[in-house]
Amino acid sequence: MNFMASKQPENSLLGPEADSQRTLYPYVTGTSVVALKYKDGILMAADMGGSYGSTLRYKSVERMKPIGKHSLLGASGEISDFQEILHYLDELILYDNMWDDGNSLGPKEVHNYLTRVMYNRRNKFNPLWNSLVLGGVKNGQKYLGTVSMIGVNFEDNHVATGFGNHLARPILRQEWHENLSFEDGVRLLEKCMRVLLYRDRSAINKLQIAKITEEGMTISQPYSLKTYWEFSAFANPAQGAVGSW
Amino acid sequence: MPKQQANWSPYDNNGGSCVAVAGADYCVIAADTRMSTGYNILTRDYSKICKLADKCVMASSGFQADVKALQKHLAARHLIYQHQHNKQMSCPAMAQLLSNTLYYKRFFPYYSFNVLGGLDNEGKGCVFTYDAVGSYEKVGYSSQGSGSTLIMPFLDNQLKSPSPLLLPVQDAVTPLAEAEAVDLVKTVFASASERDIYTGDKLEIVVINADGIGREYMDLRKD
Repeated sequence: MNFMASKQPENSLLGPEADSQRTLYPYVTGTSVVALKYKDGILMAADMGGSYGSTLRYKSVERMKPIGKHSLLGASGEISDFQEILHYLDELILYDNMWDDGNSLGPKEVHNYLTRVMYNRRNKFNPLWNSLVLGGVKNGQKYLGTVSMIGVNFEDNHVATGFGNHLARPILRQEWHENLSFEDGVRLLEKCMRVLLYRDRSAINKLQIAKITEEGMTISQPYSLKTYWEFSAFANPAQGAVGSW
Repeated sequence: MPKQQANWSPYDNNGGSCVAVAGADYCVIAADTRMSTGYNILTRDYSKICKLADKCVMASSGFQADVKALQKHLAARHLIYQHQHNKQMSCPAMAQLLSNTLYYKRFFPYYSFNVLGGLDNEGKGCVFTYDAVGSYEKVGYSSQGSGSTLIMPFLDNQLKSPSPLLLPVQDAVTPLAEAEAVDLVKTVFASASERDIYTGDKLEIVVINADGIGREYMDLRKD
């Protein structure tokens, strides 16, 4: 006899079957994103690697994408979750355009939307495993913000995700100033990315730099940084102290 | 499949300290502007203070995403209140609302440690202090956050009124003048920044009095 037993609805997250539906750990991941404000807008850099644990599985992953007319989104963490976020944003921008009222979502609005999405997923214990950087310019106002996978968000003159927080932010704190020229901004970003390349094991030497200004957004072709491996510390790392780093 | 252990935490502590001091006709609310995670500083310029109503300001430290969500929730409720009652919420009313909002999430709390400061309906300063799940109390002064263990004893030393059991009844609000209270708050944060690694960078001070809401800043240690 089949009494009406209490049953979970199919899409609930309670019960053992549901564990396979929640994000428990990331699979294909991107490493740091670094971004800063400069005179005309925002500059953002990210390499093109997609790691599968310790394997460098994908080498042409674009981790920065334009959003609407005024924003640029960079992501680190799980690549499939980034693609999901782009899908949500597509819909957001579509509805924004369909109003056809001459108004458009600026970077501040997109950042707020993303913060709400990330926080709500965290509340359901099923996070989007990303750290996002959102930059843009609208009506002359520059904006640069970030949001993490548990919803922690803030804006600043320069931001970074992952290892970038440890290695790039200190350099930016020392050398960033208001009204950087484009060349100086790129030089500063490349300095950060070079340090990350030397010291972050998941970084690869194939990166893109994206620029967004009032006029629009451009992403550079992929290129690599010049590296120097003849530093005496690299050549003879154990000198002075065995097992030194 | 055996039950998995969670390998991520939905909470983080973004640090920082908050203080509020009530006066006879003013209220001082202050918080540092540093936002951290673990041993890293995320940003040096993040405000923990939120104006909820004309005469009611909240300072919160703890998990920033929860703090932000809580501020948004209360701001939305205040807007509805204004539509329905055609007036601003008083500080004691907001205090009760905050307590109820926190307890509503008793079993998945807002990791947010709050002090509410403002003027009551008679124009007297009032401060309410909370824990993460909504227990609250009207006090003359309070501190919350990572530096509160350093700050609270000092405030007790300077401001504590004698026992509430004594007669005649002593007021909970401090007899200090507004400028003296602001000075005390600056001293307190300068000291907390020395020993609490999560407190520093800049201090934001908000003063509410009959003239309205004023704001000033003071630099703190950046290390």
